[in-house]
Amino acid sequence: MTRLALVTRVVKPLLYLAATLPCAWIVFALATGRVEGDQVKYIQHVTGTTVLVTLFLTLSVTPLRRATGWNEIIRTRRLIGLTAFWYALLHFVSYVVFDQSLSLADIADDVAKHPWVLVGFASFLLLVPLAVTSTNGWIRRLGGKRWQRLHMLIYPAAVGGVLHYFWLVKKDVRTPLWFAGVLALVFAARLWAARARGRRPARAQGRRRESSPLIRAGEDVA
Amino acid sequence: MLINRPPDIPTSEITEESLYTTRREFLLAAGFGAAAVGGLLPFSRTALPWGRGPDDDKLTPFEDIAGYNNFYEFGTGKDDPARNAGTLRTRPWKVEIAGEVATPAAYDLDDLLRGLTPEEHVYRHRCVEAWSMVVPWLGIPLGRLIDRLEPTSRAKYVEFTTLFDPAQMPGQQRGILDWPYVEALRMDEARHPLTLLVTGLYGKPLPNQNGAPLRLVVPWKYGFKGGKSIVRIRLLERQPATTWNIAAPDEYGFYANVNPEVDHPRWSQARERRIGEFFKRKTLPFNGYAPQVASLYAGLDLRKNF
Repeated sequence: MTRLALVTRVVKPLLYLAATLPCAWIVFALATGRVEGDQVKYIQHVTGTTVLVTLFLTLSVTPLRRATGWNEIIRTRRLIGLTAFWYALLHFVSYVVFDQSLSLADIADDVAKHPWVLVGFASFLLLVPLAVTSTNGWIRRLGGKRWQRLHMLIYPAAVGGVLHYFWLVKKDVRTPLWFAGVLALVFAARLWAARARGRRPARAQGRRRESSPLIRAGEDVA
Repeated sequence: MLINRPPDIPTSEITEESLYTTRREFLLAAGFGAAAVGGLLPFSRTALPWGRGPDDDKLTPFEDIAGYNNFYEFGTGKDDPARNAGTLRTRPWKVEIAGEVATPAAYDLDDLLRGLTPEEHVYRHRCVEAWSMVVPWLGIPLGRLIDRLEPTSRAKYVEFTTLFDPAQMPGQQRGILDWPYVEALRMDEARHPLTLLVTGLYGKPLPNQNGAPLRLVVPWKYGFKGGKSIVRIRLLERQPATTWNIAAPDEYGFYANVNPEVDHPRWSQARERRIGEFFKRKTLPFNGYAPQVASLYAGLDLRKNF
């Protein structure tokens, strides 16, 4: 099996499956009475954690690609990024429906008064254009450079997501600090990857020319 | 020493003090009840002595009450206390009575409470984190114990200190809070008939994770005011420093009365999630106990004294 086939026929289906697991777990845990205490908070905790983890994974694809030379894994990035978005949407909807009972006035008030809600809200909004422009059509329409610039919104969204978590914790900030630490590592890896790319352009670029324009668009914006 | 004479009237024949002191509300409730039977007025249970709320105040299941706890001495996760509190030894248990009392001394818990019969009080329990439960506590109105202790005229505050023993309470191995946990009440709050020294839950001894063997419950205040696993009760002339107030003075005040009008700096207190429900409900002033306790704070600016 070629590496491309491995990524598209094995890794991607596995990632699809993995993407449904947190959601399936929530349904299972609630249905079987495994969740003691605040069930909505549980939904929000699992979805929120999934968003942060998948955002970090999305940001890690390029450094991983540079480190291994496995250019094919770029084909998994959209799937991981969209997983982050879908869980952010679930997280957001649970807040709007269960916490605020769909009251726009209450939501506006909450967002205006409480910085951690504002930061969470803003981070979610930043992900919306990224999800919308994740299609091949939008990559083509925007062109690699502009698409890439737009998708740099993932950086403030990820930082905002971690800050949102940090601010909601009452006292024991160890877990949010772990997330902040991992995000710093991911950022460091990306810096390293950007420099590594500059140093050895010939082979990588030669390979990229062989692939289809769409894949190239995907790769160019890595 | 505590003087314990056998009671010459069977306890079953004594009107409970909380019933006695709130007899007017009781009669009012009875009146409303009679009126409801006559189809004249809707029956309101909010007027009953220990504040049984509206009809949707169903008891929270035992599994939730004993499985979802804030008790940082056993870890900061909500399920940590249920998992880790097995290391706590609740007998023998000494409670030191200190400060402005006739005879400061350390008592065995069973001696301290001898002759004080625990009674069931169903209270709403509102956490500062905006969730709530309805709990059938088993406890003794704190005022009865205070009477026994013969406070001096200088006693203005009552302070409650939780056990400090990192071997039994693994959460204390980290300085997440300024151990030991200390909470306190003003004397009139402490003597209020709603204020309970709790020893049980659902008719059974208190589970360790809920603050065994002795904890405080003040139903019109946020849950953190209810010190758990109490080893010292001290009567004081001056207001003592309290743990959460030390940790974050702008977020947790000394009074900590449930107040939907005054938000926590980081989140709203206007609504709460009753455990077991998905949608939030409105939070009531003084957690719905305003008729019984609001007069304690007449003239006090509740925004400043949050």
